[in-house]
Amino acid sequence: MKAVCWEGANKVEVKTVPDPKIINPRDAIIKITSTAICGSDLHLYDGFNPTMKPGDILGHEFMGEIVELGSGVKDGNPRNNGEPLAVGDRVVVPFTIACGSCFFCNRTLWSLCDNSNPNAWMVEKVMGHSPAGLFGYSHLTGGYAGGQAEYARVPFADTGLFKIPDGLTDEQVLFLTDIFPTGYMAAENCDIQPGDTVAIWGCGPVGQFAIRSAYMLGADRVIAIDRVPERLQMAKEQGKAEILNYEEVDVGEALKEMTGGRGPDSVMDAVGMEAHGMGLEGMYDKVMQAARLETDRPNVLRQAIVACRKGGTVSVPGVYTGFIDKMPMGAFMNKGLTMKTGQTHLHRYLRPLLERVQNGDIDPSFVITHRLPLDAAPEAYEIFKHKKDNCIKVVLKP
Amino acid sequence: MNQPIKVEKTMTINKPAAELYRFWHNFENLPHFMKHLKSVKVQDAKRSHWVASAPLDGSIEWDADITEDRENELIAWKSVAGADVDNAGFIQFKPAPNNNGTEVKVVTEYNPPAGVIGAAIAKLFGEAPEQQIGDDLRRFKMLMETGEVATTEGQSRGSK
Ligand SMILES: NC(=O)c1ccc[n+]([C@@H]2O[C@H](COP(=O)([O-])OP(=O)(O)OC[C@H]3O[C@@H](n4cnc5c(N)ncnc54)[C@H](O)[C@@H]3O)[C@@H](O)[C@H]2O)c1
Ligand SMILES: [Zn+2]
Ligand SMILES: [Zn+2]
Repeated sequence: MKAVCWEGANKVEVKTVPDPKIINPRDAIIKITSTAICGSDLHLYDGFNPTMKPGDILGHEFMGEIVELGSGVKDGNPRNNGEPLAVGDRVVVPFTIACGSCFFCNRTLWSLCDNSNPNAWMVEKVMGHSPAGLFGYSHLTGGYAGGQAEYARVPFADTGLFKIPDGLTDEQVLFLTDIFPTGYMAAENCDIQPGDTVAIWGCGPVGQFAIRSAYMLGADRVIAIDRVPERLQMAKEQGKAEILNYEEVDVGEALKEMTGGRGPDSVMDAVGMEAHGMGLEGMYDKVMQAARLETDRPNVLRQAIVACRKGGTVSVPGVYTGFIDKMPMGAFMNKGLTMKTGQTHLHRYLRPLLERVQNGDIDPSFVITHRLPLDAAPEAYEIFKHKKDNCIKVVLKP
Repeated sequence: MNQPIKVEKTMTINKPAAELYRFWHNFENLPHFMKHLKSVKVQDAKRSHWVASAPLDGSIEWDADITEDRENELIAWKSVAGADVDNAGFIQFKPAPNNNGTEVKVVTEYNPPAGVIGAAIAKLFGEAPEQQIGDDLRRFKMLMETGEVATTEGQSRGSK
């Protein structure tokens, strides 16, 4: 089959590789019909993860059709309304791999599954404990082959495959694999109360879904921050957010002015470890990162903490993998803030959000700007990374 | 005199002690999750024969006796005289607080004799015997909680 392989920093190649096969009894094989590139893939593409190996198959946002089921796939997953899986079913695949029976899965903390990361020992050395295995997301989270390919192997298929009802297109349901639930959980983590204002840094695909979700969860106002004109425009026109261009205004001051001096009730970092930094602080982080004294650039996190109103909540869907420097812990502590974060507990949100798509509350395809064949992946990564041609989200068709 | 190698590791497994005890008590199940074991044959209620892989495609063998057995609580074993490598170990099962499964602790000890075999044993465990026992225990946990051991061995990729 054809698959998008990571070959080094800023280098992906579409290669012919062996077709995936069932390895464990609870595995399934999916023939992929649509797959997307995510901001999370850019952290790998940019070479920020030292546990990527040339030849690793990328991709964690994919869907398709079941072509083979292992002998141990159990029937009756309540998240599929108890219906058994069968060859030929159309399914979406959450990017977090979860066993369905450990302490964490039982508490719906799916992205913290104890049993899906075969390389848990590697993470434990750095993080103390290991989160769940993830598709196409470095050897730190299992080294699982990803879904930017023609076929993929899905472990724990009875827990990790969600059937899609007829009448919905791939483009309407593809983002249930990650960015819609991610934006939604990030908004839920804001602990929104009536009358609240939420400030969201980053108007990439995750930010766009976070804006929509914050309104669904009762936010009074959403203020969205970025510098890319078409992303800000989408936030304003599709998302009904007020917008700030961080290259044009002092974001902290502007937020204060817009909220009667109080600051936003909750703030969200939907940018993560590769935030673009301004001025001296931005240079400082670039130098520190280049010297490997700091692995992640927390410009947005710092700004958000300082901007947040006293007693407010900091929600962090943006990905960090290592260490940050100059964390304004004094502001965080003395203002009595709360931080909520994590890889998304996909399995918790997938069906309820699918129902919202069915009801017509939202059509997630609004973020798609580019549709390209899988063969064009090298070009697609460049377009998405550099936001060329007003790119916001790319879908690849195998 | 070689130093004895002693390692211990604890993990919480989301299953009742009785189920874990029963599975482990049949030593023939151990090679399912202990990577360096080739086979274990149970000979009678007390004695079993163990074969482990050694470097250069070799293997080492020994007989072991169960030295203590408390139902659903503890199993201890020890190699009998004449083993290639003197070794002993025990596994202990303790209910975790609030019915959240069982705290499982494994302790193993090896007494490598001087010379070649001692070196081989050290190699067998690589740099980090702690890690080996930790990995074995994690595979036991995966098998008991999910019915299989998560792996990517044999999956497709773009280069070797
Ligand atoms: N928690 C999860 O489970 C999860 C899931 C998916 C993605 N993510 C993460 O969410 C983040 C966003 O993903 P995406 O797909 O939207 O990525 P993206 O790269 O398309 O978007 C990031 C946006 O942030 C903007 N930005 C950069 N620096 C900024 C700054 N200083 N202030 C304000 N905006 C700034 C960029 O212009 C860009 O529009 C990434 O870190 C990604 O890894 C997390
Ligand atoms: Zn993603
Ligand atoms: Zn689990």
